[in-house]
Amino acid sequence: MPSNLIDALFVFMLAAFIGFEVIRHVSPLLHTPLMSLTNALDAIAVVGAIVLVGEKKSTFATVLGVIAIVAATSNVVGGFIITDRMLRMFKTSRPSKS
Amino acid sequence: MSTEFAGSQYVIEIIYLIASALFILSLKWMSSPATARHGILAGEIGMVLAIGGTLLRHGIVDWKWIIIALVLGSGIGIPLGMVQMTAVPQRTALSHAFGALCVTLVGTAEFYLRSPDVPKFMMSVLSMEVILGGLTFTGSLMAAGKLQEVLPQRPITYKGQNLVNLLLFSGAVASAVYLVLHPGTKELFPVIVGISLVIGVLLVIPIGGADMPTVISLLNSYAGLSAAAMGFVLNSKLLIIAGALDGSSGFILSVIMSKAMNRSFTNVLFGAFGQVQASAAGAQEAKPVRSATPEEAAAILAAANKVVIVPGYGMAVAQAQHKVRELYDMLTKKGVEVRFAIHPVAGRMPGHMNVLLAEADIPYDRLIEMEEINGDFPQTDVALIIGANDVTNPAARTDQSSPIFGMPILDVDKAHTVMVIKRGMSPGFAGIDNPLYYLDRTLMLFGDAKQFVGGIVRELGGGH
Repeated sequence: MPSNLIDALFVFMLAAFIGFEVIRHVSPLLHTPLMSLTNALDAIAVVGAIVLVGEKKSTFATVLGVIAIVAATSNVVGGFIITDRMLRMFKTSRPSKS
Repeated sequence: MSTEFAGSQYVIEIIYLIASALFILSLKWMSSPATARHGILAGEIGMVLAIGGTLLRHGIVDWKWIIIALVLGSGIGIPLGMVQMTAVPQRTALSHAFGALCVTLVGTAEFYLRSPDVPKFMMSVLSMEVILGGLTFTGSLMAAGKLQEVLPQRPITYKGQNLVNLLLFSGAVASAVYLVLHPGTKELFPVIVGISLVIGVLLVIPIGGADMPTVISLLNSYAGLSAAAMGFVLNSKLLIIAGALDGSSGFILSVIMSKAMNRSFTNVLFGAFGQVQASAAGAQEAKPVRSATPEEAAAILAAANKVVIVPGYGMAVAQAQHKVRELYDMLTKKGVEVRFAIHPVAGRMPGHMNVLLAEADIPYDRLIEMEEINGDFPQTDVALIIGANDVTNPAARTDQSSPIFGMPILDVDKAHTVMVIKRGMSPGFAGIDNPLYYLDRTLMLFGDAKQFVGGIVRELGGGH
């Protein structure tokens, strides 16, 4: 168990650094879609809720798990849709004028 | 555990590994508008893989409720993805609330399934998960309520606010510490969750609309960190990675927003900006301003060579972005160079103005960041301000007594002519008077942004 935790801490540390480096380079133009995209990705928490419901350990856990799946799935679906809608709107000047 | 199980376990872990890589690529491709849509595709594939992989797990015996919940969640998600662009800030706040709700509920269920056999480290991260999740849930709901204007947007403050928050937070942490040492004390867990929910409400209630970009970013960061904590509890590296990415993204955005307001995190959270309103309003007297009609404004714009438009939250409220686009087209056709100056905290969330202007089909290479355009104002004939206030307030540069002193602003007062579209002379959201309006070179265009811009467009089209 403790070695698992140490591994997990390493993963967290590395992912946080990657996050900083990658997101620092995101154009301020796209900060709103960035936030809706990270929101959708963050909803990967749904996998935890799925396991909770699927393992059927107690009614209490199942009820909380079902609500959790609904909340997270709405973020996944809604987040991807709105990010895509936003990004489709970003267009550059027509080449006809310089 | 049989070898067969171990085998499928490896497959699932590999799927998670691929999904993690896709998530990182997804964010990497967001760096430019040209590649950003690949980013969504990568994210979607990663998500489908991760959910599919999870359904393969051998421990899963009950499918019915999973499917029902997935369908129900998608049913809620589709309308949430189809909201108007002007409603994006409140939608974003709401989705932070949903993400945090999921994390808090799973954390709560995990606690009751595991208690009293919860190792100390596990209990610590579990507490962190529900504290961050709980306060992000209610805090984001409050933020969404304020943005949707079902709650008052002005800061709600009372005496001893910070002390109350601090006491509550200490109470939650102390309960968590006790629970770490005595994991059998089940009664304490609801206390921790309850306090966190209350903290979320109290933390966001005193925050005014102008601070929303920082607060939304901060809540974004908390939502990510709580998901990462959940990853520690469930020993899921995929979740830790996704949470860390989201957490660092929210953190970076909060830093950018705080810098753009020249304020620290603690100042945003504990400062309650709106309190300055009383003193600023008292000092206000009827100073003369020059105003102009749409005809006059159109004539000045038509005679200009270089125009910079400064949009703010008022443009979003008036839904004026499409009229602004018509103005842009009209002036561009007349050979006027039109650009847009975007202050990082214009609007109610990071990047808000860019999305609205992109929605109105204004090419994104015309949207210029503050640092880049500020040097150009002295060579600008007309700076046209539409619904922005504090981000153009020269007092931030000169008046040490101003509450926004030191905040980086757009130097519109250096343009040859300044035109400000505004409903009336009332001070802006932060309640601070703007000396820009009393300059000789400033023309006030009183009226609704959409109607006024529409009026200018009609005049320009009328054959000047």
